Amino acid sequence: MHPAPSVILFSTLSGLGLGLMFWLGLGLPAVTGWSAFGLYFIAYALAVGGLMLSAFHLANPKNAPKAFSQWRTSWLSREAWAAVIALLAVAVHAIGVIFFDTRLAVIGAIGSALALLTVLTTSMIYTQIRAVPRWNQVTTPILFLTLSLAGGALLAGQVTAAAMLLPLAGIAQLVHWHIGDARARGPDSTPESATGLGGKGRVRLFEPPHTGSNYLLHEMVYRIGRKHALRLRVFAIVLMVVAPALLLIVPFSPLILALAALSHLAGVLASRWLFFAEAEHVVGLYYGQR
Amino acid sequence: MTQLPEHTERSLGLVIDLDTCVGCHACVVACKGWNTETHGAPLSDTDPYGAAPEGTFLNRIHSFEVQPEAGPAQLVHFPKSCLHCEDAPCVTVCPTGASFKRAEDGIVLVNEDDCMGCGLCAWACPYGAREMDAAAGVMKKCTLCVDRIYNTNLPEEDREPACVRTCPAGARHFGDLSDPASDVSRLVAERGGMDLMPEQGTKPVNKYLPPRPRDSWPEEQSDTLAPFLAPVTEEAGGFLGWLDRALEQLPGGRA
Amino acid sequence: MTAQPRTETNPEVADEIRRTTCYMCACRCGINVHMKDGKVAYIEGNRDHPVNRGVLCAKGSAGIMQHNAPSRLRAPLRRTGPRGSGKFEEITWEEALTTAVSWMKPLRESAPEKLAFFTGRDQSQSFTSYWAQAFGTPNYAAHGGVCSVNMAAAGIYTMGGAFWEFGQPDWERTKLFMIFGVAEDHDSNPIKMGLGRLKERGARVIGVNPIRTGYNAIADDWVGITPGTDGLFILALVHELLKAGKIDLEYLARFTNAPVLVDESQGAETSGLFLRDEGGKPLVIDSASSEAVAFDTPGILPSLAGKLERGGTTHRSVFQIMAERYLDPAHAPEAVADRCGIPAARIRSIAADLAHAAFDEPVIIEQPWTDFRGIRHERMVGRPVSFHAMRGISAHANGFQTARALHILQILLGSVETPGGFRFKPPYPKPPEAHPKPHGNGQPGQPLRGPHLGFVQGPEDLCLCEDGTPSRIDKSFSWENPMSAHGLMHMVIPNAHAGDPYRIDTLFLYMANMAWNSSMNTAAVIDMLTDTDDSGEYVIPRIIYSDAYSSEMVAYADLILPDTTYLERHDCISLLDRPISEAEAAADAIRWPVVEPDRDVRGFQSVLIDLGARLGLPGFVEEDGSAKYRDYADYIIRHERRPGVGPLAGFRGDGSEGGRGAPNPEQLERYIENGGFWVAHVPEEAQFFKPWNSAYQDWAVSMGFYDAPQPYLFQLYVEPMRRFQLAAEGFGERQPPEQLRERVRAAMDPLPHWAPPFGEADPDEYPLQALTQRPMAMYHSWGSQNAWLRQIHGQNPLYIPAEIWTAQGFREGDWARLTSPHGEIRVPAAPMAALNPHTVWTWNAIGKRKGAWALDEGAPEATKGFLLNHLISELLPEQGDGMRWANSDPVTGQAAWFDLRVKIERLDPQEQAEPGFAPIESPVSKGPKVLRWRVGK
Ligand SMILES: Nc1nc2c(c(=O)[nH]1)N[C@H]1C(S)=C(S)[C@@H](COP(=O)(O)OP(=O)(O)OC[C@H]3O[C@@H](n4cnc5c(=O)[nH]c(N)nc54)[C@H](O)[C@@H]3O)O[C@H]1N2
Ligand SMILES: Nc1nc2c(c(=O)[nH]1)N[C@H]1C(S)=C(S)[C@@H](COP(=O)(O)OP(=O)(O)OC[C@H]3O[C@@H](n4cnc5c(=O)[nH]c(N)nc54)[C@H](O)[C@@H]3O)O[C@H]1N2
Ligand code: SF4
Ligand code: SF4
Ligand code: SF4
Ligand code: SF4
Ligand code: SF4
Ligand SMILES: [Mo]
Repeated sequence: MHPAPSVILFSTLSGLGLGLMFWLGLGLPAVTGWSAFGLYFIAYALAVGGLMLSAFHLANPKNAPKAFSQWRTSWLSREAWAAVIALLAVAVHAIGVIFFDTRLAVIGAIGSALALLTVLTTSMIYTQIRAVPRWNQVTTPILFLTLSLAGGALLAGQVTAAAMLLPLAGIAQLVHWHIGDARARGPDSTPESATGLGGKGRVRLFEPPHTGSNYLLHEMVYRIGRKHALRLRVFAIVLMVVAPALLLIVPFSPLILALAALSHLAGVLASRWLFFAEAEHVVGLYYGQR
Repeated sequence: MTQLPEHTERSLGLVIDLDTCVGCHACVVACKGWNTETHGAPLSDTDPYGAAPEGTFLNRIHSFEVQPEAGPAQLVHFPKSCLHCEDAPCVTVCPTGASFKRAEDGIVLVNEDDCMGCGLCAWACPYGAREMDAAAGVMKKCTLCVDRIYNTNLPEEDREPACVRTCPAGARHFGDLSDPASDVSRLVAERGGMDLMPEQGTKPVNKYLPPRPRDSWPEEQSDTLAPFLAPVTEEAGGFLGWLDRALEQLPGGRA
Repeated sequence: MTAQPRTETNPEVADEIRRTTCYMCACRCGINVHMKDGKVAYIEGNRDHPVNRGVLCAKGSAGIMQHNAPSRLRAPLRRTGPRGSGKFEEITWEEALTTAVSWMKPLRESAPEKLAFFTGRDQSQSFTSYWAQAFGTPNYAAHGGVCSVNMAAAGIYTMGGAFWEFGQPDWERTKLFMIFGVAEDHDSNPIKMGLGRLKERGARVIGVNPIRTGYNAIADDWVGITPGTDGLFILALVHELLKAGKIDLEYLARFTNAPVLVDESQGAETSGLFLRDEGGKPLVIDSASSEAVAFDTPGILPSLAGKLERGGTTHRSVFQIMAERYLDPAHAPEAVADRCGIPAARIRSIAADLAHAAFDEPVIIEQPWTDFRGIRHERMVGRPVSFHAMRGISAHANGFQTARALHILQILLGSVETPGGFRFKPPYPKPPEAHPKPHGNGQPGQPLRGPHLGFVQGPEDLCLCEDGTPSRIDKSFSWENPMSAHGLMHMVIPNAHAGDPYRIDTLFLYMANMAWNSSMNTAAVIDMLTDTDDSGEYVIPRIIYSDAYSSEMVAYADLILPDTTYLERHDCISLLDRPISEAEAAADAIRWPVVEPDRDVRGFQSVLIDLGARLGLPGFVEEDGSAKYRDYADYIIRHERRPGVGPLAGFRGDGSEGGRGAPNPEQLERYIENGGFWVAHVPEEAQFFKPWNSAYQDWAVSMGFYDAPQPYLFQLYVEPMRRFQLAAEGFGERQPPEQLRERVRAAMDPLPHWAPPFGEADPDEYPLQALTQRPMAMYHSWGSQNAWLRQIHGQNPLYIPAEIWTAQGFREGDWARLTSPHGEIRVPAAPMAALNPHTVWTWNAIGKRKGAWALDEGAPEATKGFLLNHLISELLPEQGDGMRWANSDPVTGQAAWFDLRVKIERLDPQEQAEPGFAPIESPVSKGPKVLRWRVGK
């Protein structure tokens, strides 16, 4: 799949923001006043900014409000609802701690749950796409959720939680790659099944339907070199998990924490880039991919 | 309305004969011409006279080479447009309700007035049957020529998809696949019509008729052929003798 | 739950539908042009039309993009920069026409041959040749010599008609269909429709082609023959069928010259000629009486085994001579298998299939008919095997004889003009004698005495000057290619440049991209067009060109006469020329301006009418010197070739007469009302056996195809060819030049033979054969200006056999260097398994010159697209005698495009296909950046 910057930034940033909201909703850390404002500002900037960035991916944004209409079937629609409700619920909690020094624990917990639910809905947008075998697996939501939780913990200064979640996210990532690689190589959909000609012999694209490019090729038939991907994977796992985890062992300081968070962010961006770039859409089978 | 109808009254679709398609692209351009002129926004082309021309098409012809275990490689021209799936994942993912499957005939459509151009439906379609129009920013797909098949401004015989009407080889058939008595259903039954990527669980309505077996040559001269070529004579110069005898059999010949 | 969105299912389709004829290729399908707000909105096939019955190909549907192409020329142009620069100024029509007349008039008065007028694949040859004849130049032809004259000439000389416009398989009845060397052909939609019908009926299709795409991909069986060897393959089939006696003896005896007696003496001036009576009729032995009688003697059954001693000379039937030749083991499958790349067992199995289908499953129609000998046949018995072939056979230097061999095979099976076989389309069949002979000597100020092109019967009909040199600039009808019935367009520029046989002054071209894809050796031709002599004058002093678009050729002309698009003018698809008939009906058609041009352009035929009048050409002016015709439409209506016979056969007289009749001023309106065409059905009794069927002959006379019935025999043995051989053997007044004597003797074999194609270079050094194919969705060079079509074929890889691909270590994206004895190209490559292992190929005419066709200079057509033409020479390498012969068939002069031998080498990916050429300046502006084509609302 085409690694569109808007979508990568959107899912990364909103995931982090919502992760931060999760911890804040639980009162971790139990901040109030300006420090609460600061943290909530970061959370909202990331979450709302990310969501707004996603609009850049729309070719016809004027119809974006209609995206709320299909929550019965559409994960994207559900995401829209979940995001709005989560942001509202969290806002109630935030207003309490920032302005009234009051923590509405139940609402906070609901906000946290909704924030996670939003991340889940985002991940389900990808997970549900059967045509992308690498995404269509259970580790996709786990990866999104653990990353969101771990990143949120980093931003929320929850060192212990972060120290536990980062390795979990790392494992989720490794398993996701592992299963993904197997699924992508797997015999599920092949040029033979795509054309129905498998009974006759081995099938190879002879001539594409057009000599130029088209929407499908731009969007779905992105190819990334194997070596390049491997390097990026190492880069991603190191920045996203290993480096921040090591930094957390170092005695705590806000600077170190910030460094760990930045490293993590860079790592997640790389991971997310790979999430798209490595994802083989089965339509590629019609365009000569195997 | 992205909930799939529980049941469609009819299942209109195409049956494409891979044994007959010569890969001429006629259906591709007829489709482009009709749909650019009528349904929704025109199908645009960017850089049409430039270095990287590309445009929106609802139907495309691929060519595949098939290498059997024995015998020469074969070539199959492979038309592909929306299959109007029964379990259309492109519909259920659509957040705006722009994508829908019609309850009356099963046609999967995009209501461009609602589409926000998120592209999710195109991701969900395993077959590459949806293309976003670069100029209009809305998702485009085969409409099964819904604006032809019911169009009373067209003569009755023309109420069929543009691609079917134009196909010179007659490789495209249109009809109701839910009716076992329809011509298309019969073709499917007779010729072993198949689904593309059944493992994707989309239950396509469109069916493909597989190419008939090719290259059924006897490797050695077979006994069944021998009688057809039995020499009239083994003797040198015997041919003329045979000729004389054979000519006598002709009406009007020497009696 | 929200409601299902409402969908507009009943939109207005068009304000009006105008029915005319497509011109995106030469197939000439009927189209319904949907108009909205006076503009062209959508084009679909006309269901009533005899050619396409409603279907339309990709090009036809894309006509709308051709009609609005930014490459359309806008006004007459005069060259301002050097030739080839593309620098022009727009001028008025008056200036353009005055200039043209000022160049042409003096030529007509002094040396009309100095005007050479050659046209491309237009469909008005009966008109353009009429003009050239009136002008008096012998130098006129259309593009047939470049294209497929081998097919046409072999068909006419053998059976009075050929494939394509001349005939078609009996799609409804045939059971076994073999298609040789066809990628697309002119009869583009009908072939596809026919194949579709065969598939529907479960009939079997065998494709004979080195490349398995398109029609060959859907063939049930593929014969991946090695290029240039079809003659061997076909004659091996003949061998097998003869040996097994699986031939239609009665058919051969009654309808062919198989029983005609041939003089078997050696070294006499009559050797090999037919025995004839005083009236000149060939003699046969009547089976009943054993007497030698004229072939058409009423009631006889001629004997195939006839033999006659007369005057000390033995005469034997053609059939015996033929059987002797083809029964020779040299023609056995084993003897040819390796060379053809087809196992002997397979050849034999195909022969068996043919025999089985022809003789065990005859098609019988209960329709009595009477033949030309007055014999009544109770039924029509047919052989349901049919064949089709095109340039894969004809574009080789052995193509004439190969096409002849194929016709012989058809005739032996009794499958021509019989149910289930191959059928002619009116006005064919028509024997060669019914065609004119060529006329090649012009007189100053005088019209030519007859048509330029025709069918020679012997050396006396050649177009030679007093001194024996060719009288035509292209050397048609000379000893180099005696039966060049369509001229040799590919030799015009090289000969004019070389001054061989003489120099010309003005080259007048119409609709042929001679500076690019229709020339062999393109780079050299470009040099010839721009070459200057010592005085700095161009060696070809003046070039006038009519094109509708900004093609490569435009840049090389001095004066451009811009044509309209096909939707903006009158055209006439005439029975005098290349009609649209079907086997069951005669038909002709028109084009008419469904929209008016929005530019200062004029239909070329109307421009010719104007030029004719200004030059005072006979037939174009009244007695008082005033213009005879207002424009082409007026000519179509009023011109009469023979009394009552005009360009259009339909709606003559008061509108009810067909074929013959007085001119009808309302004729064009009647055509338009009728959908742009006219059809006359062949009577039931006349549907088959047309050359011999009295009912057909009478109908043909009534239609004006000829003035008296002319039944004839199929010519297994072509006596006129023997006459040329006799000349080469020293007989007769007209003698070939010494250096050509042996070649004429060998080439003009009256019975088909196979010879290795002339162009064959050293097979060890150049082990591969390079071919082109027509892409179905592109028409030569025109397609690339079409915004929709160029997305399908914007560049063309060189397809390489998978074995070679692997052996030479090619990887995806690699390029290849392809070298012929003549030059080299560097081009993108791709693998293919369904390909003859000695063949490489690419799509034809995708490559474009930078700056042409209103495309960006970075267009893939110009950076990655390429032509094979750079590798093909119009002249063969020097022979032992120091001569360089044309790379053409020695019988007809057909350009031997496919005799190209090459070697290949892997290259890393490149940026630019080579040879590259400097960009030409575009005389038109560029197109839009985004196209959202919709008219109305
Ligand atoms: N779409 C489209 N239609 C066209 C045209 C076009 O440009 N585009 N051009 C028109 C014109 S001008 C013409 S002349 C016709 C030509 O129509 P075709 O005769 O179909 O022309 P080509 O594409 O040259 O195809 C030649 C075929 O012969 C095969 N071939 C080559 N050598 C041999 C051989 O030795 N033996 C055998 N058996 N096969 C061989 C090639 O593989 C190829 O398939 O098409 C007309 N129709
Ligand atoms: N390598 C290789 N070369 C080949 C062949 C091959 O198989 N291989 N095939 C050969 C054959 S068979 C042929 S027929 C030739 C064809 O070659 P050409 O006859 O050169 O064919 P086109 O490229 O179609 O060029 C015809 C010209 O007509 C112009 N034109 C189009 N429409 C109109 C119109 O309405 N009016 C006027 N006045 N002009 C118009 C186009 O712009 C173009 O410049 O190519 C030959 N060249
Ligand atoms: S083919 Fe694709 S676009 Fe069409 S219904 Fe099926 S999933 Fe949807
Ligand atoms: S692109 Fe349009 S139709 Fe497709 S999912 Fe998005 S809103 Fe729905
Ligand atoms: S049914 Fe209509 S929209 Fe669909 S591919 Fe055919 S022509 Fe195009
Ligand atoms: S029009 Fe018919 S034959 Fe041509 S590509 Fe389409 S389906 Fe195949
Ligand atoms: S075959 Fe195609 S391009 Fe040629 S006349 Fe017919 S519709 Fe037009
Ligand atoms: Mo041609």
